[in-house]
Amino acid sequence: MIKLSQRLLGPVTLVSLALTFWLGLWVTPPDVVQGDLVRLLYVHPPIAWVALYVSFGTATIASCLYLWRRTRSDVMDRLAYCAMEISVVFIALTLITGSIWGRPTWGVWWAWDARLTSTAILGVFALAYLALRRANDDPALRARRSAVFAILTAINVPIIHFSVQWWKTLHQGASVLTSNGTLNVHGSMLWAMLLGFLGFTLLFFWLLRYRYRLEVKRDLATANTVDEALALRQREGV
Amino acid sequence: MVVRLASAVVMSRGFPLLSGVDLEIDRGSLHVVTGANGAGKTSLLRLLAGLDALTSGQGSVAGVDLAGGDLRLLRRRVGWLGHEGSFYGDLSVRENLVFAARALERPLPDVLSALERVGLSHRTDTITKQLSAGQRRRLGLAWLLVRRPELWLLDEPYASLDDAGREFFDHLLGDVLLGGATVVVSAHDPLRSSELEPRTLHMVGGRVQQS
Amino acid sequence: MTRIAWLVATKDLRIEVRSRVLLWQVLPFGVIALLLSGLALGPTQAGNSTAGPGLFYLVTLFVTLLMINRSQALENAPGTRASVATLGLDPAGIFLGKALALTIELWITGLVLLAGSVVVLHTALIGTVHALPSVLVTLATLAVAGTLYGALTQGGDGPATLLPVLTLPAFAPLLIAGERSFSAALHGGALWEWWVIVVVALVAYTAVGILLYGVLEES
Repeated sequence: MIKLSQRLLGPVTLVSLALTFWLGLWVTPPDVVQGDLVRLLYVHPPIAWVALYVSFGTATIASCLYLWRRTRSDVMDRLAYCAMEISVVFIALTLITGSIWGRPTWGVWWAWDARLTSTAILGVFALAYLALRRANDDPALRARRSAVFAILTAINVPIIHFSVQWWKTLHQGASVLTSNGTLNVHGSMLWAMLLGFLGFTLLFFWLLRYRYRLEVKRDLATANTVDEALALRQREGV
Repeated sequence: MVVRLASAVVMSRGFPLLSGVDLEIDRGSLHVVTGANGAGKTSLLRLLAGLDALTSGQGSVAGVDLAGGDLRLLRRRVGWLGHEGSFYGDLSVRENLVFAARALERPLPDVLSALERVGLSHRTDTITKQLSAGQRRRLGLAWLLVRRPELWLLDEPYASLDDAGREFFDHLLGDVLLGGATVVVSAHDPLRSSELEPRTLHMVGGRVQQS
Repeated sequence: MTRIAWLVATKDLRIEVRSRVLLWQVLPFGVIALLLSGLALGPTQAGNSTAGPGLFYLVTLFVTLLMINRSQALENAPGTRASVATLGLDPAGIFLGKALALTIELWITGLVLLAGSVVVLHTALIGTVHALPSVLVTLATLAVAGTLYGALTQGGDGPATLLPVLTLPAFAPLLIAGERSFSAALHGGALWEWWVIVVVALVAYTAVGILLYGVLEES
C-alpha cells in the first residue's frame, strides 16, 4: 500500500499541478479589479502555505521526535533537515511571487508589509538552520543542535507573526476566508485555488522523498568512509 | 571493576580517535597510558571521563554505561586534569577552588587544606593566569583534592613540573591510591617512582596493546 | 537549580569585574556605534529623536552579540570546559546563571546607551525614563535568548560569525517590540501589545532553556 502510494505520488503531483496551471491560466476568469494578476491566487498562497506550515511543520515535528529519546533516530534528523531545505526554496518562491503580485498593486517590489516581512525573517531562520548544520561535523551534535534550533524557530513563528502584524500591515486582510467564515472565492477560481494547495503540498512531499533518499545515500557513503578510516587507524603501527 | 571497555570506538569529524579499545581497570589500581603523539592517550582519558561520547562498542565507567547512561553523573564521579589547565584564568586560586567546592557541596575548609597540600597556600589570592605552568598544574591537583573523585584521570601531569614537582606528584599519587581511588595517568615516559607499581597500557593507532 | 544558577552568575560577574571587558571594550563600542548611527542619518537628521528608539535598539543588538560571545568565551579557555564539565553542574542552573549574569551586564550597558541616546539622539529625558521598564525587560529577554543561541554555536566552526546568523532573526521581533514601546513612552501610544511580545518571548526562551540546555551542553 505504501509502495503504491509512493509510486503514485509523482504522477498525481504532476497531474494536479498541470490542472492547476490549466485552470489558472485558461479556464478561470480575470478579476474585476486586479485583472489577470489575480491568477497568482492559484500559486502564491499555496506556495506560502507549503513554505510556512507544511515544510516548517514537518521540520519542527521531526525535530521534536528526534529530541524525544523514544523516537530519536537518524530518520527524524534527516527528515527535519530535508524539510527545512525545501522550506528555504518555497520561502524564496513565496517572496518572489509576492513581490511580483505586489509590484503592480503597491507600486514597489518590496513593502514593509507584515506578511512579507515575517516571511522574510522566517526565511533567514531557515537559512540559519542550514548554516548551523554546516558548522558541525559531528553527526550527533549536529542533529541535537539543529533540532533545538528548529524548535526555537517554531516558537518564534507566532512571536514574529504578531509583532510584525501589530507593527504594520499593507497586505489585504483575509480575502479568501474572512473572519466570520465567509468564502469570497467561488466557482472555478475556488477549485483552481484548492487544486493549487493540493498540488503544491504533494510537490513538497515528492521533493522531500527524493531529497531524503539523496541524504540516505550521502550518509551511506560517509559510513563507508568511516569504516575505511577505522581500518586505516587500526593498521597504524602494525 | 571501575572501567570496562569492549571494542570502544570514538569518532570525531570522521576520524577514529579510538579504534576499538578493550580494557578493564580494577578499583584502587594505578595505570599509566603510554604511546606516541596521536596514539589516542588523551582520547581514552576523555572517554573515561565522559567528555567524549562512545560511537560504537560497549563500556562502563564507575558504574555508568557509556552508551546510554547519564554521562553527567559519570563526570561528577571522575576527576580530570588536562594538560591545558582546569579553571578560570581571571579568578584567583581560592575563588576557583571555592567555585568547585560549592558546585559539589564540599566543605569550604577542604579548599585551604588542599592548597596547603599542593604548596599553594601562599598564592591563594593570586589570579590564576599569573601563575606559572607548574603552579597551574598544582592548582589542578588541588581542584581534584577538593573534589575527591573515585577515578582520577590525569593527562600528562608531569609536563611543566620540575624534579621537585615530580617527586611531590608521585607522593600525592601514593596518598590518593592509599585512599582507595583509581588513577589513570597518560605520560610519554614511565613513572619515576619505584614505590608505585603501575600497570602500563601502551596505545598504538587508537587501541591498547596490553603489557 | 537555583543554587547552581546563583553560583554560575556570581562567577561570571566576578570575572567581568576582574577583567573589565565590559568597561573597556563593550561600552566604548556601544558609544561609538551610537555616534556612527547619528552620522549615518546625515547632518540634518542626526538629532532626530524619532529615530532614537530604533537606533538605540539596533546598537543594543550588536552590543548583545558581543556580550553573548564574551559570555560563552569564558567557558572556552583550554581545559576550562572539560574541567567544569566534570563538576556535573545542572544544565538548567548553568543556563539560568549565565542568562542572569548577561542580563545584569546588558542592563548596565543599556543604561549607558540610554543616557547616550538622550544626549546624542535627543530622546526626551522624561520619556526615556518612562521607557526604562520596557527596556529592562527587553534586555533581559535578549540575554535569555542570547544565552541559548550562544550555546548552539559553541564547538562548531566559526562560532563568532555563526552567532549573528542564528540570533538576529530571533532578535527581530524583540527589536520591534522594544522600539515600539520606547517610542510609545516618548510620544504616546499603546504599550500592551509590545509587553505581550516581550513577556511571551521571555517565558518561552526561559522554558526552552531550562528544558533543553542540557541537550546543548552534551558534546
